[in-house]
Amino acid sequence: MSSLNEKPVAIRLSGVKKMYRLGQIGGGTLTADLQSWWARVRGKEDPNIPVNMDQRLIGQTFMALNGIDLEVKKGEALGIIGGNGAGKSTMLKLLCRVTAPTEGEIDIYGRIVSMLEVGTGFNGEMTGRENVYLNGAILGMTKAEIDAKMEDIIEFSEVRDFIDTPVKRYSSGMFVKLAFSVAAHLDSEIMIMDEVLAVGDMAFQKKCLTKMREAATQQGRTVLYVSHNMNTIRQLCDRCVVMDKGRIIFQGDVEEAIEIYMNNEAMQGQWAEGQSERDLTTCETRSPWAEGKARIVYLKLLGKENALYAPGEKMKFQIRILANQTIENLRLRVEIRYGDDTPVGTMPGVSLGTVEAQTTRDFTVEFDPIGLTVGRYRVDMVLFELDEFGNSFDQELLLPAFRMEVREEQGLVWSPQNWGHIRFADATVTKLN
Amino acid sequence: MSQSPSSYHTHISARHRWFDLNLREVWQYRDLIVLFTKRSFVVSYKQTILGPAWIFLTPLFSSIVQAFVFGGIAGIGTDGVPGLLFYLCNNAVWAYFSTCLINNASTFTANAGVFGKVYFPRLTTPISNVISSIIRFGIQMLLVLLFMSYYLVRGSLHPRWAMWLLIPVELVHLGLLGMGLGIIISSLTTKYRDLTVLVGFGVSLWMYATPVVYPLSTVADGWIKNLLLVNPVTPSVELLRSAILGAGTVYWDAYALSWAVSLVVTVLGIMIFNKVERTFMDTV
Repeated sequence: MSSLNEKPVAIRLSGVKKMYRLGQIGGGTLTADLQSWWARVRGKEDPNIPVNMDQRLIGQTFMALNGIDLEVKKGEALGIIGGNGAGKSTMLKLLCRVTAPTEGEIDIYGRIVSMLEVGTGFNGEMTGRENVYLNGAILGMTKAEIDAKMEDIIEFSEVRDFIDTPVKRYSSGMFVKLAFSVAAHLDSEIMIMDEVLAVGDMAFQKKCLTKMREAATQQGRTVLYVSHNMNTIRQLCDRCVVMDKGRIIFQGDVEEAIEIYMNNEAMQGQWAEGQSERDLTTCETRSPWAEGKARIVYLKLLGKENALYAPGEKMKFQIRILANQTIENLRLRVEIRYGDDTPVGTMPGVSLGTVEAQTTRDFTVEFDPIGLTVGRYRVDMVLFELDEFGNSFDQELLLPAFRMEVREEQGLVWSPQNWGHIRFADATVTKLN
Repeated sequence: MSQSPSSYHTHISARHRWFDLNLREVWQYRDLIVLFTKRSFVVSYKQTILGPAWIFLTPLFSSIVQAFVFGGIAGIGTDGVPGLLFYLCNNAVWAYFSTCLINNASTFTANAGVFGKVYFPRLTTPISNVISSIIRFGIQMLLVLLFMSYYLVRGSLHPRWAMWLLIPVELVHLGLLGMGLGIIISSLTTKYRDLTVLVGFGVSLWMYATPVVYPLSTVADGWIKNLLLVNPVTPSVELLRSAILGAGTVYWDAYALSWAVSLVVTVLGIMIFNKVERTFMDTV
């Protein structure tokens, strides 16, 4: 057993399914309800449930969760990502006991505080302070606990001046800040959050992430976090689950998960293990114009078996360019991006000289992404023409040209979550006395 | 498998037990019950000029009107008790029962927003509804006592003081009946909304099947009287009136039946409530 497996379990889901009915509920279904009930009473099979329950969509029902097995360790910050309708919120609802599973078992070790929506139970007529008491109690705190934390909650929420004003007069930001503060100060072993930070301002969002990060790392609390904002997932989580169509399709490394989630359509850039070249002749043109004047027809990583690099390693590749028209000043731009399209950096352009019409030319390009360190990236290549007035015209957009990973071989373990993806050169230190 | 040393362990299963009260959990959330109760008062009288005085004013005005219509115009007797006092006392009892019923009948639909986002023992809402109804009843009783003191001084009123000990018993009795019926209705309304409409006028009709605006003694023996006695609220109203004002007729067999009905309704209510609370968010 590895050290991770020895950590106590905080949440365990086994074979959890949740079925919803499609269409209108009630109105005409009373007969069906009675029929089903009568069948159950006699211990017979329900005539209204189709035979093979395992399919996601069967006639009148819909499996929002279709067999979830998941184990979350204590002190873990787990991100949950997936498209709309993937089942993320349904899973959190089951964990928060808002609704019960159709099948399967869930074990939760510890008190849960859920922030499926902050400000639950807030009453507009009551003052901020009264609402803190009510909301805290709804979340499971006793009055004494709230009394003890009141000062911290007010301080964290940044709405001290308005705490005795009815919350219906609050701005939406103030409302969320206050509500989040209550939840964040609850003594619980497990925190569940579903896209709660969207309303607060940047400073407050940052504060919340720090608070949650602290909760996970220092206080050993377990955090489950759902968001569509990949940056917050990156900052907060140390493991990530990707959901799709009611199933978990991936669990593990955060960057990898984000990439899997983001890149369903851009998968053509995915190279197979051991692949280091790519024939692009048959690819459609990716020019912003009807037909590009030039295109990349072949790409090969030189001296590599696959797109795996060590930090600080120079990249060398060969490209073959086919021009349809003569281009005086063709240039190549290389962009490096994260899985979710956020740019990391760009090599703004290097001249390939003149290319003549109807010829192919090969180039080797040596490229040093200085400082780029551990992570998974997408490399885009753009061919563009620079005219005599300095205007550039993109001719070919190879998005992505390939995907690469920079992996640490040995030595210092780099934590991209905390340190980012660029490793600056070592500083020079001079001793003065 | 490793296990957390934490004392909190929750097991959620697709199966469910029919009678799982989990009163320990409700007790853990007692502060929430207090806060819910407080909220029901704070919220109803915010931004009103008269504020909590409305708790006095509504029964007072309706009793005055009833005294005119039923006592004055229709000439229905009041068992020899001063009219206004008779109606005030009956209204307090009836209001207690009907608020228990009506407020709980909308438990799920009214709290869907909160219930859908966070878990807490759902039973806290009906319990806090009953408690706030008890408090309202207490406040209305103060009004009754105020009027009583005038007649007591004049010596024209003879309450059965020993029977006052039964008042808390009756509050529990009517509270269980109202809450039980209320949560059955609210459990059913998550799916079938027709009941919401029914409750509103159903309760106002029920009042006429209960000796509220007339005493049971004015009803002649026969099927109507038997019908009234089957109504589980009747014995309670009569019992409370005979205790408080010293004028009422209690049939103990009807009273026993009423208790039996209340207990059955309560057990049934909690069972249905338990069943529905697990998944009501999917159908509400």
